[in-house]
Amino acid sequence: MLIDHAAARLNPTKHTLVVLVENKPGVLNRVASLFRRRNFNIDSLAVGTTDDPAVSRMTIVVDTSKTSAALVERNLFKVINVIDVQDLTGVPSIARELALIKVRVGDTVKRGEIKQVADMFQSRVVDVARDAVIVEVTGEETKVDSILQVLRDYGILEVVRTGRIAMTRG
Amino acid sequence: MKLTGAQIILESLIQQDATLIFGYPGGAILPTYDALWDYRDRIKHVLVRHEENAALAADSYYRATGKVGVCMATSGPGATNLVTGLANAMMDSSAIVAITGQVSSALVGSDAFQETDVTGVTLPVTKHNYLVTEVEDIASTMAEAFFVARSGRPGPVLVDICKDAQQKTCEYVPVTSVQLRGYMAIKPQARQDAPRMLAQAAQLISQAQRPVILAGQGIKHGNAHEEFRAFVDKSGIPVTTTLLGIGVLDENHPQNLRMMGMHGEAYVNQAIAGADLLIALGMRFDDRVTGNLKTYARNAKVIHFDIDPAEIDKNVPADVGVVGSVKDLLPPLTELIEKRSYPEWFKQINLWRKDTKERDVLGSKLPEGMLLAPHVIRAIWEATGGNITVCTDVGQHQMWETQYFQHTRRNQLITSGGLGTMGFALPAAIGAKFGRPTDEVWAIAGDGGFQMSIPELATVVQEGLNIKIAVVNNSFLGMVRQWQELMHEKRYSSTQMWSPDFVKLAQAYGICGMRATTQAEAHDIIARAREHDGPVLMEFRVESETNVFPMIQPGKSLDEMTRRQPAALGGGMDEVK
Repeated sequence: MLIDHAAARLNPTKHTLVVLVENKPGVLNRVASLFRRRNFNIDSLAVGTTDDPAVSRMTIVVDTSKTSAALVERNLFKVINVIDVQDLTGVPSIARELALIKVRVGDTVKRGEIKQVADMFQSRVVDVARDAVIVEVTGEETKVDSILQVLRDYGILEVVRTGRIAMTRG
Repeated sequence: MKLTGAQIILESLIQQDATLIFGYPGGAILPTYDALWDYRDRIKHVLVRHEENAALAADSYYRATGKVGVCMATSGPGATNLVTGLANAMMDSSAIVAITGQVSSALVGSDAFQETDVTGVTLPVTKHNYLVTEVEDIASTMAEAFFVARSGRPGPVLVDICKDAQQKTCEYVPVTSVQLRGYMAIKPQARQDAPRMLAQAAQLISQAQRPVILAGQGIKHGNAHEEFRAFVDKSGIPVTTTLLGIGVLDENHPQNLRMMGMHGEAYVNQAIAGADLLIALGMRFDDRVTGNLKTYARNAKVIHFDIDPAEIDKNVPADVGVVGSVKDLLPPLTELIEKRSYPEWFKQINLWRKDTKERDVLGSKLPEGMLLAPHVIRAIWEATGGNITVCTDVGQHQMWETQYFQHTRRNQLITSGGLGTMGFALPAAIGAKFGRPTDEVWAIAGDGGFQMSIPELATVVQEGLNIKIAVVNNSFLGMVRQWQELMHEKRYSSTQMWSPDFVKLAQAYGICGMRATTQAEAHDIIARAREHDGPVLMEFRVESETNVFPMIQPGKSLDEMTRRQPAALGGGMDEVK
């Protein structure tokens, strides 16, 4: 499934939920199972640790044209291992995504061009091989979408995107 | 004091005042059964004949007593057999704790003998579940399990405990308080919002001309019958209950219109369809209650109280949605409202009620002696004075029970609502009898549902339970047949049902068996069954092809009911064409 992150960024029907959960086995399964069971539509789900080893943090993007964000939030609260849920919609916040993009290198000229593109997007080339380079890009989804658009002309071999992570300002 | 994991499980049960287990032993739970031998004077274990019935009996025990029901099973097939019972408890919000044995921790994930991923399998049908691999975690997990099961919106909790954890020992310190990082029965924000919401609710109530109270099972869970009665009396508003809400208010109460929904009496649904305000208390607008949501109570504002925030706005958007326990929320609301009566509104409802009465099948001309299921239900009600606990199965007889049994006692009906679990009646009666030992307990089932739980007759006998079992036999899976008649041109695909000779079957189990085929015989065997000091199995051979009316067919609106003809126009058993 192709996730339209540009639309997610611009479309007010995309809500970002930040969920703090207990760092225990099976918790991700409980959350994922909830979405499946309730037929909730989500665009992305990113999970990672926090400064508290007992707590993990999930960032979930919900498509509210299909699913009520309030209903998702209330149902998440019912999961026993969920500590807190916050809907960042309308709250000043920073959202970022990281992507690794492997691009085909036809000749050395192309390699230089790709490096230039990466620079223009304030991205980095993090791996150089004879026939391919890997570009690391961080930013809002629109930025990732844009660099992908440009690099597509060179031949993209592989892409991985983390999905949105977000944090309130201040 | 050092105890084995098995002993800690049992100590935890004693500490939780949960000293009755419905269960079935097996390999992975054997250490706990072995320990149970030493606890047999403090913990009663009831050996069921199928694990599903252990869960259903525990569910019913909770509904009969308000105390958490406990069931126990071994790993693999023992645990998977619990699943239907857990799903039943999940849908109807019954607090039960299921304890299952799991293969030794070293074998988990190896496809060992009788290994199943039980926490995986039961995840969507439990409020929460645990896999315990270390003996040190048993005491705290058991305490948490009971806390989660009974707090907030109650529900089933499963604790899957590895065999080696049951066998190992550790220092046992009783866990007296449970601290969960996230889980809270009611969020502080909801408590903060409540006064403002209640004021809005009172405002809506003061403006309403045709209000109706929709009373659900939440009132039972909160044990808020008194608070509810006070609200009803002061508000003067007519009350209707959900199926599971039956028993929150005496059905003789002048404001109690009785059950709503797909097979609620017509005047009740007409009242809801015509209402300008719905006050929904501890109910969840199930599709069997609302019919077509697009046309449901289209002129009504909605006040919705529920302890589960996820129920607010789920099916029917609320103008005022209040999260909390009805026990806490109702008294301040009762304070805020004026004492009122609604003579005009009741006059209209009574007109509808009169029309409903004229269509009562029991009022229409029937062939001499013809025995219908409603006759049986009415006869049981009359003979017992209604002073019994009734456990029904699922289907036509269940709906007729709600129509022809006037419920006057609190929580006297125990039935499977949300899941509609056939086979519920007999294990439910077993659970209820343990919960209410001095009560007269009846199981009322159809021939289909009863045949799903026949093996539990052995449990009834082994435990010496004085349960009266009424099997309403119409030789069909009646409700499915009714749908086939009304919606599938009478194509009775796999609904005709052969049954054994129930009287002989009873005899084989060493219990009293009787049969009735006419109204007179029905009255007779009910009287004799009540005189008999012990379990009785009664078979009532009733008319085969009769329908429960009124009926809101799927997708239809509350006021588009399929109904029977008034007696004056011939009456009979068929719907108006």
